[in-house]
Amino acid sequence: MDISLQNVEYRYSVGTPFEHLAIADVSIDIPSGSYLAIIGHTGSGKSTVLQHLNALLKPTKGTVLIGSREIKAGRKEKNLKGVRKKVGIVFQFPEHQLFEETVEKDICFGPMNFGVSEEEAKRRARAAIFQVGLSEEILEKSPFDLSGGQMRRVAIAGVLAMDPECIVLDEPTAGLDPRGRKEIMDLFYRLHQERGLSTVLVTHSMEDAARYADEIVIMHKGKVRKKGSPKEIFSVPAELLELGLDVPEVVRFQMKLEQTFSTKFEKVCLSQDELTDMVASYLTGRTSL
Amino acid sequence: MKEPLVFLSNVSFQYDSQERPALNGINLEVHEGEWLAIVGHNGSGKSTLARLLNGLHYPKEGTIAISGIQLTEETVWDVRRQIGMVFQNPDNQFVGTTVQDDVAFGLENNGIPADVMAERVVDALNKVNMASFLDQEPHHLSGGQKQRVAIAGVIALRPAIIILDEATSMLDPRGREEVIDTMMKLQDQEKITVISITHDLEEAAKADRIIVMNKGEIYREGTPEEIFQMDEELVELGLDIPFPVKISKQLREKGINLSRHYLTEEELVAELWTSHSKM
Ligand SMILES: Nc1ncnc2c1ncn2[C@@H]1O[C@H](COP(=O)(O)OP(=O)(O)OP(=O)(O)O)[C@@H](O)[C@H]1O
Ligand SMILES: Nc1ncnc2c1ncn2[C@@H]1O[C@H](COP(=O)(O)OP(=O)(O)OP(=O)(O)O)[C@@H](O)[C@H]1O
Ligand SMILES: [Mg+2]
Ligand SMILES: [Mg+2]
Repeated sequence: MDISLQNVEYRYSVGTPFEHLAIADVSIDIPSGSYLAIIGHTGSGKSTVLQHLNALLKPTKGTVLIGSREIKAGRKEKNLKGVRKKVGIVFQFPEHQLFEETVEKDICFGPMNFGVSEEEAKRRARAAIFQVGLSEEILEKSPFDLSGGQMRRVAIAGVLAMDPECIVLDEPTAGLDPRGRKEIMDLFYRLHQERGLSTVLVTHSMEDAARYADEIVIMHKGKVRKKGSPKEIFSVPAELLELGLDVPEVVRFQMKLEQTFSTKFEKVCLSQDELTDMVASYLTGRTSL
Repeated sequence: MKEPLVFLSNVSFQYDSQERPALNGINLEVHEGEWLAIVGHNGSGKSTLARLLNGLHYPKEGTIAISGIQLTEETVWDVRRQIGMVFQNPDNQFVGTTVQDDVAFGLENNGIPADVMAERVVDALNKVNMASFLDQEPHHLSGGQKQRVAIAGVIALRPAIIILDEATSMLDPRGREEVIDTMMKLQDQEKITVISITHDLEEAAKADRIIVMNKGEIYREGTPEEIFQMDEELVELGLDIPFPVKISKQLREKGINLSRHYLTEEELVAELWTSHSKM
């Protein structure tokens, strides 16, 4: 299922003194099965863009295409269930999507709402809870009696159990411990590859954007500032720094080395392995001269 | 030596709805002016510890003293006046209908005069780059903006002790660094004591001291250097090995001699330079 935003504008609280233009003229294509990362400064409009991907927000100008469904500004949209079933969003704050008495009911809510039997939903809940690194006993607990990171994992499990075609992640690793962060990002990547899930990731981790995405979009003050592959985006560090953003730590390290050794390597490395290979052969070459 | 500002002796706590204690036999001292980082896996008891310090729960066993005052239901208000806390989810913390009211709220409660208050509010919001949002409703902000406002609240309050519970988790890396640097300056100038709960190991590396929580207990305590020498053990604890250490290890495996594993990129680059610049 392809998704596409065409010249989308969104204003919060239209017609009130608090009217606020959050995004303008945003066009982004998300072809079926692709992995897109959206990066940008605080308040640049990333979460606002994401909420258009399953029609939680409707554009105040422009058009959003979600598969065959067209959401157009200024039009009443009915029956969005089909869209919500196909596009699962993990919100920036997990509390915003937890509401049932128990974790199990919470995870089952989505699938059952979309017509899955209770038995099947429970089976999915169990599978999802293991996938996110929690144990079965948590199913009986109240989602509000959990630690921040446990809530985050439950919110993710809820979206996985919906079995969506497209998964939309708004800083999904905030609040996770460092090992959990890596495990959950690897899990999303596996699902992306094995099930061909389209994946849209909003992240402040330049490492994750570099490691997982096919394409990166930079948002700046409500507009798309730049699009490109990780190589293209992170090969021009100066531009990122100017936007108040950062480069992945490998790139930062390479820049420090280049400065100290007054040299310029032939490529920008995006993984640790790539970098240490290049640096090791450079240093060995130097001393064997 | 001066008596510790925060003192926990054999503290245990269990939530009513849980079968296991969330905290078990915690002994901890925090000294005035110190920056203490608390790290540990999800569910290891970090936020519970913060709630106990603030008197939101009371220990089932053991005692807590803040500035020499034992924390009880009678003393809780005196103790809370000394502590500014930023919670994990800022939405749970907002009380004002505008950003400036929200930041002013804590000051009003502490009886700060109106003119001083107005000045401090603007100053605090300036420090976190949110001064252009004075009349915005806090709930209608982006995730990172909410966290900045919550932090401005404690900056304005200038309490003796600031507890940050993953207070910068939604900020971009540079924003995070700016906010932490601002807090460190403040800590230094105003002799504030900071307890920062964080999953960001780069931030923890800047602390005076780190404690590692594991399953409700203090697993290890030490300087950043000591803690990050733990290597693979960190991964078992749900943490990770810092980036410069990972790079050092890989370079060694690839035949580059290094005298040790470095904690900062600068030190690593410096050693690579001195050992490979004989041209
Ligand atoms: N409910 C709302 N009402 C009014 N304005 C809002 C609302 N939510 C967000 N905004 C404003 O819209 C702009 C874009 O916000 P958005 O949440 O999309 O940013 P973001 O890129 O996700 O930022 P962050 O990285 O901090 O989460 C911001 O200036 C914000 O203040
Ligand atoms: N309000 C609550 N009621 C019942 N149990 C709770 C509550 N809050 C936390 N717990 C449980 O207590 C334990 C410790 O939780 P705590 O929130 O202190 O962990 P944490 O170290 O802050 O984790 P995180 O990194 O995920 O925020 C966990 O097992 C959690 O499920
Ligand atoms: Mg956001
Ligand atoms: Mg916590």
